[in-house]
Amino acid sequence: MNRFAQLLDRLAYEPGRNNKLRLITGYFREVGDPDRGYALAALTGALSFKHAKPGLIRDLIAARTDPVLFGLSYDYVGDLSETVALMWPKGVVNDGQSFLGYPPPPPSPARGEGVQRDAGRRESDTSNNKSEAVVSETVTVVDVSSRDAGTASTAPSPLTGEGQGGGCPGGDDSHHLRPRNHNHPPPPTLTDVVTTLRTLGKTELPGQLARWLDELDETGRWALLKLVTGALRIGVSARLAKTAAAALGDKDPHEIELIWPGLVPPYLDLFAWLEGRAEKPVNRDPAPFRPVMLAHAIEDSDFQSLDPADYVAEWKWDGIRVQAVAGRNDRGHITARLYSRTGEDITGSFPDLVPSLHLPGAIDGELLVVRDGRVQSFNVLQQRLNRKVVSPKLIKDFPIHLRAYDLLGDDENDLRELPFAERRQHLETFIKKLGDSRIDLSPTVPFDSWDALTAARADPASAGAGEDAEAVEGVMLKRRDAPYLPGRPKGQWWKWKRDPHIIDAVLMYAQRGHGKRSSYYSDYTFGVWTGGEGGDELVPVGKAYFGFTDEELLEIDRFVRRNTTEKFGPVRHVVHEPDKGLVLEVAFEGLQRSPRHKSGVAMRFPRISRLRWDKPPREADRLETLEKMLKAEVAEIEA
Amino acid sequence: MRPQDILLPTAAGLCCKPGGFHIDPVRPVERAVITHGHSDHARAGHGAVLATQETLDMMRLRYGENFAGTTQAIRYGEEIRLGDVKVKFHPAGHVLGSAQIAVTCKDTCIVASGDYKDAPDPTCAPFELVPCDVFITEATFGLPVFRHGDAADEVKKLLASVELFPERAHLVGAYSLGKAQRVIALLRAAGYDTPIYLHGAMETITHYYQSRGIALGELRPVKGTKKTDLAGTITLAPPSATSDIWTRRFPDPVTAFASGWMRVRARARQGGVELPLVISDHADWDGLTATIAATGAGEIWVTHGQEDALVHWCKTKGLAAQPLDLVGYGDEEESETQLASEAEA
Repeated sequence: MNRFAQLLDRLAYEPGRNNKLRLITGYFREVGDPDRGYALAALTGALSFKHAKPGLIRDLIAARTDPVLFGLSYDYVGDLSETVALMWPKGVVNDGQSFLGYPPPPPSPARGEGVQRDAGRRESDTSNNKSEAVVSETVTVVDVSSRDAGTASTAPSPLTGEGQGGGCPGGDDSHHLRPRNHNHPPPPTLTDVVTTLRTLGKTELPGQLARWLDELDETGRWALLKLVTGALRIGVSARLAKTAAAALGDKDPHEIELIWPGLVPPYLDLFAWLEGRAEKPVNRDPAPFRPVMLAHAIEDSDFQSLDPADYVAEWKWDGIRVQAVAGRNDRGHITARLYSRTGEDITGSFPDLVPSLHLPGAIDGELLVVRDGRVQSFNVLQQRLNRKVVSPKLIKDFPIHLRAYDLLGDDENDLRELPFAERRQHLETFIKKLGDSRIDLSPTVPFDSWDALTAARADPASAGAGEDAEAVEGVMLKRRDAPYLPGRPKGQWWKWKRDPHIIDAVLMYAQRGHGKRSSYYSDYTFGVWTGGEGGDELVPVGKAYFGFTDEELLEIDRFVRRNTTEKFGPVRHVVHEPDKGLVLEVAFEGLQRSPRHKSGVAMRFPRISRLRWDKPPREADRLETLEKMLKAEVAEIEA
Repeated sequence: MRPQDILLPTAAGLCCKPGGFHIDPVRPVERAVITHGHSDHARAGHGAVLATQETLDMMRLRYGENFAGTTQAIRYGEEIRLGDVKVKFHPAGHVLGSAQIAVTCKDTCIVASGDYKDAPDPTCAPFELVPCDVFITEATFGLPVFRHGDAADEVKKLLASVELFPERAHLVGAYSLGKAQRVIALLRAAGYDTPIYLHGAMETITHYYQSRGIALGELRPVKGTKKTDLAGTITLAPPSATSDIWTRRFPDPVTAFASGWMRVRARARQGGVELPLVISDHADWDGLTATIAATGAGEIWVTHGQEDALVHWCKTKGLAAQPLDLVGYGDEEESETQLASEAEA
């Protein structure tokens, strides 16, 4: 557990994707089965056990620490799991009880050995009565005899207490290598924790947690508490964890994705294959994920070399791309699953769609919210994303819908080798056969020239999208003869997004970036003008940290350093007056009302599209412009 | 005699009226007795300064020859009379030359411990416990969440990272007086024997440590080293420099920071630290409470840091305790910032 905890600890601080991969792959290489398998399960969210409630953790710490000290500590640290992990009393189980007025535990020559940090210390037999009361409760006590020397040994003790770093190669836990007091059981392995939690009764949980917390070090306790409360939040997606596993055997992560649904923790067969010790596990899942085909963004110059007759156009719907798969299990029953485009199983968030997937097949499509036959905007769909609990009310108010783009499989047949035009025929038949109002066909957009398509893209409402035009974010172009290929193959599919919204805003604050960018001011808060008490003033409307070139980053960084008015830690206030300051052209995809922002609006996907060195800040946009854009969108969510 | 008649907090610092001196004064005074060389404790411009030879040397290095009117060096264990009191210096284990100052007047003994730690440190004399009636303790890490663990394990973490990312440079933020040298010594103790690189602001004080017989192995200045040659190396730099333009001379640097504050994630993240190393030159919560208990003092004065929690703890143990309102301490980092920018210029 401690080694897994070190991994989580390091991952939580590491901003770079590649470095995260290296850390995780390194862990898989170093740690044996089955611990690494459970680690992979933890990182991919594949562990299932009843989570502990924060109240339980609070009770545990309350029984062991002084409430005032806990309060002060919690205020300072700001995170319950972390506070408890850090202040959990070491080793001695009765430690906290003396706070509550129980008699202190009898002194034992062995006590504290395992947690002593310094060879120069030992239990004090100080003659002072007053201090004796104190000493009995603390575990380590300064050696009084060192007062006349200043020469006491400074060598670290071999009985070094809480291991904080390093770790031993080859295993998750190093207890067998460290001399220990026999009263201290070895810290649990990740496997111990996971397998015990699976079968543990509710009443046994507090006692078991307390025992583990006694045995682990600070980082181990932190990780354990994150694990049992179900809140890892270390910035690692399931996809990233699988990619790290794939790297162990130089495999394509897609291969893991394909067999993943048939695998169960601790994935012994997977690691055996990755290490070349066994054949690739066979996916026996009746509803497996298939790697998704993606499109390239089209540039104006690309059109010259493309023949309109080779392509079919469809609307690009502003929802989330999914794969809906149904298949028959061994007993002939239908199993249905919904996957994100990276292959994460998101069926649990959309139980209302499952009954509609009643025929074996694999649909590639867009998940949308459709109310009264009308497709809602992404803002509306967002209410249904990342939900752990899906209430009946949510299902009723935000009815989910699948708009089908493609058919990858039909019953037992793999259709991916067929040309797009043929797959489309199969799709039309399949959707008709399904006959379900929650699943429909994504209509094609008729066109005979690029000019005609340009017109359709500019005005989807009158080109067939009708009232759903608001939910269209551009057009897709698909070659009639393109097979369904994983990844982003060249020249097959193109996306032609509608133009983003653009505003001119003024740079107000700049913050240093992370990792490679830690010496650059690369995160920018920008604002627009609005009427204030003392005339016009800038109000922040968003934050962006990409969109610019490396060269532009250097220019902005230089500007920030030379025009700082105030510094607050990593944040700099940058001059922003009507005649002094930097105007940024900001592109974004949409707006949402947001009570969290002073301006009342939040942008979707904002990025810096141009630096307007030529424009004085006073000519930047006003908040009213954004509010006008907003009105149409807001009405929908509240409907 | 009441303890507050011997030592009293004033705007200039802790004042000993019967002895006619201040301890670690933050403003220029006639006679100053100084615990250690960190700039928040050792300031220039006093009339006379009494401190250990190392502390005096460090002040000279930092402020120049004329940092005080006159100076007097005192050894650990040496006792001298100042006015109506006796003053004795004891090792504080904080940094090289750091001392606790025992002030005895009649039969009352007060120990002003300055900054101290009870953990082992190969670069300075170990902390010595001094029995006393009133113990003045710092409280930098005076919350039970601060438990520093073994510094050697943190260094292992750093070395593991260097091994995992051999193409990147590792930048370790560390206070240039004390922490940097301790980290280097710990690296050497862990068997790391390749050259270690230093930021310009680290050089003077680190060479001083070496001149006092502390073995730190081969050290090289970063300045003048090619970017590609810094791959896989470890560089010590003042904390403020690790997020500065200065870092652009390193290949894809990993930012580490050696400090007791690194125990708390929010603190580490705020500073953009990717590899927090919990290595502190201050006593942690267990060290503070164990030391307070072991001095046998019946009265505890708590200063700079998290006074509330430590005062509360003392009271639950039946000890008289009060926060001592002294200002101007605990900003080692601030003074480092100046150093760093000076060196950069």
